[in-house]
Amino acid sequence: MSEIRLIEIREDILSDNRELASLLRSRLKKHKTYLLNLMSSPGAGKTSLILKTVERLKNRFSIGVLEADIDSIVDAEKVAASGVQAVQLRTGGFCHLDAGMVAAGLDAFDLDALDLIIIENVGNLVCPAEFDTGAIHNAMILSVPEGDDKPLKYPLMFSVSQVLLVNKTDYLSLSDFDMRLLKERVLRLNATMPVIPVSCRTGEGIDAWISWLEGKVSEFIGQ
Amino acid sequence: MHELPVTQSILDIVLKHARMNRVRRVHAINLAIGEMSDLQDEWIQKYFDYISKGTLAQGARLVIDRIPVVFRCNACGWESGVETRGMKDFACPGCGGRELALVSGREYYIRDMEAE
Repeated sequence: MSEIRLIEIREDILSDNRELASLLRSRLKKHKTYLLNLMSSPGAGKTSLILKTVERLKNRFSIGVLEADIDSIVDAEKVAASGVQAVQLRTGGFCHLDAGMVAAGLDAFDLDALDLIIIENVGNLVCPAEFDTGAIHNAMILSVPEGDDKPLKYPLMFSVSQVLLVNKTDYLSLSDFDMRLLKERVLRLNATMPVIPVSCRTGEGIDAWISWLEGKVSEFIGQ
Repeated sequence: MHELPVTQSILDIVLKHARMNRVRRVHAINLAIGEMSDLQDEWIQKYFDYISKGTLAQGARLVIDRIPVVFRCNACGWESGVETRGMKDFACPGCGGRELALVSGREYYIRDMEAE
């Protein structure tokens, strides 16, 4: 007869992903390729921001875009039309990207030839926040129509990002979105995070975003 | 929403320890998961029941201990548990400071398992 015994495990459930993510960061460092993970809700403006960013930086850096979508290639087609290499990852129902999927996606690029790769993560404020993709930094977009209460509802997303873009500022006059209150709520979760209001439509604030990103990429690739 | 990959990871780790300890059957798995995670307990169990079929862990019960979200005040060091879902306005009760760092609430941890 056997007895039930308690066996100690003490293992982190997500440790595999974290290890893969840190391997991926070493690989990026070796190739001098800066990887940015861009996250937001569906429709907040990830693709529009990527197109603006490519337009402004494509003469300064060689850029690639890794598009994640549940099951379509519309974003990758738009990005490819802007003249940079775009690779589509179809997540097939997965609600987020993890480091393994990103590492596989990066195999499609020649890393030595690229300075900057932007990941367009699956549109979702919940799951992508939990999984380290191996990116050097996480950027998040919140759009004005989503409301200034989102840090209260999705605190993790605001905690794991290094920069927040508040997009669609051209809608501010039509809404009761309170930018000051939003910043207060964000800084309570993430005291050092820059908050950059932008409008991909009018171009407002894009200079500030480009200068943030340019600084980070230059620093990483040593230019 | 992403219970499936997390559950697969739990099963892989449990089976590895089951082999190392030469157990015949796993009865229960004790997990510590932070309140900040949006995992649903019942979905983790459902996925686990499905993917563990035919393994040593088939039929094991997942016991989930939720770890509260705790913040520490950067200014005075005061620590406090927070109900983030209902949070509207939060400042340190000690000094009124608003720069808070997360101490716990993001755990994803397998503590131990009951096995024979």
